[in-house]
Amino acid sequence: MALTRDQLAQRVAQEFQDGYYVNLGIGIPTLAANYIPEGMQVMLQSENGLLGMGPFPLEHEVDADLVNAGKQTVTMVKGASLFNSADSFAMIRGGHVDLTVLGAFEVDCQGNIASYMIPGKLIKGMGGAMDLVAGAENIIVTMTHASKSGESKLLPQCTLPLTGKGCIKRVLTDLALLDIADGRFVLRERAPGVSVEEIASLTAGELFIPGDVPEMVF
Amino acid sequence: MSGFDKVVGSYEEAMDGLEDGMTIIAGGFGLCGIPENLIKEIKRRGTTGLTIASNNAGVDGKGLGVLLEDRQIKKMIASYVGENALFEAQMMSGELEVELTPQGTLAEKMRAGGAGIPAFYTATGYGTPVGEGKEVREFGGRHYILEESLRGDFSIAKAWKADRYGNLMFRKTARNFNPMAITAGKIAVVEVEEIVEVGQLDPDEIHLPGIYVNRLIQGTFAKDIEQRTVRSA
Repeated sequence: MALTRDQLAQRVAQEFQDGYYVNLGIGIPTLAANYIPEGMQVMLQSENGLLGMGPFPLEHEVDADLVNAGKQTVTMVKGASLFNSADSFAMIRGGHVDLTVLGAFEVDCQGNIASYMIPGKLIKGMGGAMDLVAGAENIIVTMTHASKSGESKLLPQCTLPLTGKGCIKRVLTDLALLDIADGRFVLRERAPGVSVEEIASLTAGELFIPGDVPEMVF
Repeated sequence: MSGFDKVVGSYEEAMDGLEDGMTIIAGGFGLCGIPENLIKEIKRRGTTGLTIASNNAGVDGKGLGVLLEDRQIKKMIASYVGENALFEAQMMSGELEVELTPQGTLAEKMRAGGAGIPAFYTATGYGTPVGEGKEVREFGGRHYILEESLRGDFSIAKAWKADRYGNLMFRKTARNFNPMAITAGKIAVVEVEEIVEVGQLDPDEIHLPGIYVNRLIQGTFAKDIEQRTVRSA
């Protein structure tokens, strides 16, 4: 079975470590905040100028001056700090954020990522994504493995305009966890009940399959 | 106005000197911390051919979005332009020129512009459409592109509290691009929720010194929320 959105978020959260500063992109990455393991301290960075983002506010706590990068109203945890956009991106571009998680339309086996526009169809802009992928060492891309019509999004070469070049080393899809190394995808884990063959058939870029590919454990 | 007193009497006076074809650097992130009354004043004046640098272009009917209605903006420099149908329509038809700029690069362009730094190298955008036509240099085995900084004829911004000298404090994530935007404008206009007497702000808690501010005005704000998200108790 392909992973649900919540399972994807859960698997992302398994990459968290105690004391990590983490930037979570809009969508599935944001959900990962719900699965921070008990007893572990993780501080969420929101690139509009907040370190220590908390959950959505209660109705009476809503504050128009306190939003996240998706412009949603949020709260702050104890120990949070606030800063301007240049300082925020100094953290990101200076490599101070321990883990970045973001979505994508396509990735390829050279570590390229395309996530911000579909020419002639969708132009929303890159927001902070180009800074995040260029600045972070440790990035996880979360995405669906293939389109609804079954076309692979893990490609030999991205077809859409790039968000970043040669910067992605780890991809989590609804079917598998893969690393990108030496110009190919390396299959690390399978979603429960998903076969290596199914993953291989939906991966257009070169795929290396180690002898043992364990199922994800939740 | 006298000495260091930056307070002006009206929004009309605050935007005095704005002419067609000028460049404006604007603070705000989405609808958070936007200089909403200064934007309305620009709409009232009907100034056209403007180039505006701001992270977003507001949403339909709100924020900078209102300046699209009368086609006052010629060019927009922004990182994110979603959630705005009119913007998309004008961009697609070619009426509106758009320079998509990564968010961190945009903040740094404003910061550098205000700090007298004409350009800087960054890894952001290398190998992407953003890097096309820009100088590339290698430092320590990594590639960087040369980005030029931004300066505006005007900057418009919103802060929380100010003293009459224009020393500013911001509130929560409404700070965002505002401090950098202010430093990058030749005439920096700031609207605030409260103006206090000089000496009432703790110098240690001032986020941006008044030296960067030319005109200051107190306003009232709608503070629209773009995505109202709540949890239940």
